[in-house]
Amino acid sequence: MSAPESACAAALATASMEVMTGNDAAATAAKLARVQVIAAYPITPQSPVVEQLSAWVESGELPAEFVTVESEHSALTVCIAASTVGARTFTATSANGLAYMTEQVWWAAGARLPIVMCIANRAMAAPWNVLNDQQDSMSVRDAGWVQLYCRDNQEILDTTLQAYRIAERLHVPVMVCYDGFLLSHTMMPVSVPDAAVIDAWLPKYDHPLTVVDPADPRNIGPVVIADPRADASGEGHGGYMEIRAQLHGALLEVLDVIPKVDSEYGAAVGRQWGGLLWEHMLDDAEVVLVAAGSLGTQLTVAAEKLREEGVKAGVLGIRAYRPFPVAALRGKLAGRKLALVYDKALAYGYEGPICSDLRGCLLGTPDAPAVFGAVCGLGGRDVPVDQLAGAARRALADAEAGLRVRETDWINLHLEG
Amino acid sequence: MSTTKNGQEISMSRPSVGEAGRTGDWRNDRPVMDATKCLAVKQGRLTCQICWVYCPDGCIAQGIGPVIDLAYCKGCGICAQECPAGAISMEPEADHGTCAIDAATAEEAGR
Ligand code: SF4
Ligand code: SF4
Repeated sequence: MSAPESACAAALATASMEVMTGNDAAATAAKLARVQVIAAYPITPQSPVVEQLSAWVESGELPAEFVTVESEHSALTVCIAASTVGARTFTATSANGLAYMTEQVWWAAGARLPIVMCIANRAMAAPWNVLNDQQDSMSVRDAGWVQLYCRDNQEILDTTLQAYRIAERLHVPVMVCYDGFLLSHTMMPVSVPDAAVIDAWLPKYDHPLTVVDPADPRNIGPVVIADPRADASGEGHGGYMEIRAQLHGALLEVLDVIPKVDSEYGAAVGRQWGGLLWEHMLDDAEVVLVAAGSLGTQLTVAAEKLREEGVKAGVLGIRAYRPFPVAALRGKLAGRKLALVYDKALAYGYEGPICSDLRGCLLGTPDAPAVFGAVCGLGGRDVPVDQLAGAARRALADAEAGLRVRETDWINLHLEG
Repeated sequence: MSTTKNGQEISMSRPSVGEAGRTGDWRNDRPVMDATKCLAVKQGRLTCQICWVYCPDGCIAQGIGPVIDLAYCKGCGICAQECPAGAISMEPEADHGTCAIDAATAEEAGR
């Protein structure tokens, strides 16, 4: 986090400092965004978000429609319907809940609806486990949503607010991902901006792509055929590929919009988060530790420990995982000796998702570092700093021995003994 | 914002005849109406119209009796199933020679 010199001092002066969990930070952001329709189904560790929002709606503090539903599939379906007619919507889920709504996750993106959904990251069953990793959101990385990963509770609040501006500017849905329990249930001081500051920064959403006008009705979401065609009135319509290509184009445009919105937020509210990526002691780093979410914070301690031992280590944090910040990553990693990616998820039968994405985007670029992967923290397994640093030492020894390809390292795994 | 001719970002259109494409070329069996059995024709007034209600493609126009637009009828047979008077029967498309919409479809494909 950095506070720009020109930060709106008035905004910071009117903000109130509160101690809250990550879930409360997410709920508070939704309230500040003046969401009009909320539909969510409780699941650990996301449940307190839903409980807080429903309490505010019940008390009248939040004048929104809270739709109680029987499943996550219906929760997102309600948001899809409400967003289609132009409402600002919010939902949140975790793990199996996200898996249950997967069909509609794809629909929301293909229909270009600016829904914001918080994900309190949790392991996927089986075996049953309610603790943290990032397998849930990683499993829907290709669905066409923007995915932003947060380091702490302040970033959850700020990112959720930024998410609305990103979503509504380009008509794409945004997932704000934060680690279950590690952030969702951990209390931290959070600066809550004054409602008037956010009202000015995030005006009412009034430009949906859908036309909802009884006097000039539309078919919304009719089936498309393979090829473009003219409709009965002669107007040209894209086929499936044209609509999908434009979704992809919008996601690529988001790469410019995320840093812009981050700095606009900084100017209005007084905090910004690095846009697509964040870094710690990266300037002269030869060994770069890469991760998304709170694991990145843990890596900053590991990097400092490595520095004490004479290893020039630094951290590059992934804030935007989708769209994947290819150019920014190439710029930050050219000329380094090694990038070690710590994934809290696994593409079973291959390797960690961030690791393969990063290696792919660096492949063939000049001065690309060796890219190695490590998997850690699955199902809430602890990620102790000394073990994170140990993995970096092993990776560095392998890179210095000339290895360019290596099996995924498993951190803190105890198959024997 | 896209500048292409087919640049609409989402699937959305104005409701109109044929908006979902020429579904008539999906048809294997065609509904054939025997007007002498149709309740509306028998009573000489706009009654029944159950076939119009049930057609999932909206290709039956109300009338004494109702008129089926074969350019868009996909041949599902629901109208024949629902008609309380048994006035509609499904007959193999092949029995009717070349499908009447072929020429129009070919013209559309060549555009
Ligand atoms: S109900 Fe089916 S068969 Fe009958 S007219 Fe409609 S599409 Fe054709
Ligand atoms: S359902 Fe049968 S009887 Fe009724 S209007 Fe249609 S064709 Fe006539």
